[in-house]
Amino acid sequence: MTALVEIRKLSKTYVRGKQKVEVLHGVELDIAAGDFLALMGPSGSGKTTLLNLIGGLDTPSAGSITVGGQRIDQLGSGALARWRASHVGFVFQFYNLLPMLSAQKNVELPLLLTRLSAAQRRRNASIALQLVGLQDRATHKPNELSGGQQQRVAIARAFVSDPALLVCDEPTGDLDRQSAEEVLGLLQRLNREHGKTIVMVTHDPKAAEYATHTLHLDKGELVEAAVMAH
Amino acid sequence: MKYLHLVWTALFRRKTRTAFTLLSVLAAFLLFGMLDAVRTAFDAGTNAAGVDRMIVSSRFSIIQPLPYSLLNQIQTVPGVKAVAYANWFGGTYQDPKNFFPNFAISPNYLDLYPEIVLSPAERKAFDATRTGAVVGATLARRFGWKIGDKIPLIGSIFPKRDGGSTWTFDLVGIFKVRNPQLKGLEQQMLFHWKYFDEANAYYRNQVGWYIVKVADPAQSDRIAQTIDRLSQNSDHETRTETEQAFQLAFAKQIGDIGLIVGGIMAAVFFTLLLLTGNTMAQAVRERIPELAVLKTLGFSNRTVLLLVLAESMLLIVLGGVLGLGLAALLLPAVNAAAGGQIVLPPVGMATWTLGIALMLVIGLVVGALPALRGMRLNIVDALAGR
Repeated sequence: MTALVEIRKLSKTYVRGKQKVEVLHGVELDIAAGDFLALMGPSGSGKTTLLNLIGGLDTPSAGSITVGGQRIDQLGSGALARWRASHVGFVFQFYNLLPMLSAQKNVELPLLLTRLSAAQRRRNASIALQLVGLQDRATHKPNELSGGQQQRVAIARAFVSDPALLVCDEPTGDLDRQSAEEVLGLLQRLNREHGKTIVMVTHDPKAAEYATHTLHLDKGELVEAAVMAH
Repeated sequence: MKYLHLVWTALFRRKTRTAFTLLSVLAAFLLFGMLDAVRTAFDAGTNAAGVDRMIVSSRFSIIQPLPYSLLNQIQTVPGVKAVAYANWFGGTYQDPKNFFPNFAISPNYLDLYPEIVLSPAERKAFDATRTGAVVGATLARRFGWKIGDKIPLIGSIFPKRDGGSTWTFDLVGIFKVRNPQLKGLEQQMLFHWKYFDEANAYYRNQVGWYIVKVADPAQSDRIAQTIDRLSQNSDHETRTETEQAFQLAFAKQIGDIGLIVGGIMAAVFFTLLLLTGNTMAQAVRERIPELAVLKTLGFSNRTVLLLVLAESMLLIVLGGVLGLGLAALLLPAVNAAAGGQIVLPPVGMATWTLGIALMLVIGLVVGALPALRGMRLNIVDALAGR
């Protein structure tokens, strides 16, 4: 299978005050198209940093990241923003929905950056909400939804513009077991039925079981790779 | 337009705070609308003054009379097309509180003021009636006068020769003024100088000021100097100036209204800047994680900057338009309540244009810093709450 994401000699150093902290060093990683990868590791191991770099939210200090044949580490902020809008969807631990907008309007947000008409945006957002089983909650504001429902809205927002890659940072970290399973099942369905490549950071081994691959990070380096057969 | 709902919902995220901020903007622009009307009312006479008219008054004081004999001399000055004259009467109707401008005028006075519109029949009646008077429509409405009424004025400055102080005039015409800037003229009452001259107790062959119509306004300076030389070294030296300069000087007896209004509005808008600037900064500070989410989804730095700027401009424009709109509604009520003593012009196009320009500038200034902060925010730090 061809690699959707190719990471070479990736390093990331943060400067905090007078201190330099090297969070990632020399990471080499290929993620195949259609893969569902779980990234695990202790706190501070660099999981979220790696995820942010793959999603184009941050830029590396050294090394390269190629996604779908494009060197995203060489893009300027404007081009990177445009790349994110069309190539990647994000799911966060705390959902990060806009509280004043309804579920429907939250899902429509990424589509505002496309050339779709208002009617098309509405239709696509409705389909996405239908896919996550929340079409009847379209007019509800986030505070009128449970945590699991909010996360499903966030997932709908992540895939509504049909990106090839979904990056998920602890998507079940704030959910009870049942909601977590629903969310993970949904991600698995997006991976299996819709071919989305998913990179998920998690602390939860049960969550990692939904992935096809699990990688462990420790002190900024990949220490173990396990191919899970599901 | 597709971002409008985003801007709108962000603006009303905290309804109470936005409502209070809107109220303060509304109050500031209501004040602006009202004060600008006052300024416009004062400027109106000056701006709308006839460019071809000059006023000859006493060099020492406006209340110092000039001899009637000057009339012939002024008429002979080259470049002078026509000369009229008038006298301040200062009469009141029934009660000293019922004050309005009333003047004794020469027979050709109305010819020099074409902005005062009187029907030919009423003009004819005025010319033919020794005790006739014409009043502005606003004044007629104020006291419920109609043509044919006899109007007694108390001449507190000028008693009558027979010892009484009540002057009775026959109302023969009601004039209008088409130019809304000159609506204040409709508060005047005009009657014959000849009747005044003959009937008052001690003021004989004297006029308050002359109105000179010149053939060529470009020659005004030369004509003014020539007229003033006529009375040089006499006990009635004159000062001749354009009608605009004369009215400006008259208005400045009260104060420089433009400066006063400008000063008040500068203080109000400066306070508004601080208040709304603080509100916007707070609103954006609270929404940093949400702005970071927008950037995560692919909104560019520029789009985030414009969204925040649009929000602050919408806030100010919304409050400002409501404030100016309220001023437009209140001004007629103020005029009605003043019973015609004050005639403030409606909120005109110039005020709306200036007001909207001010709203946009204030919105831009208020939103600039929060917008820059939103534009520059680092997504990773903002999402991590740093």
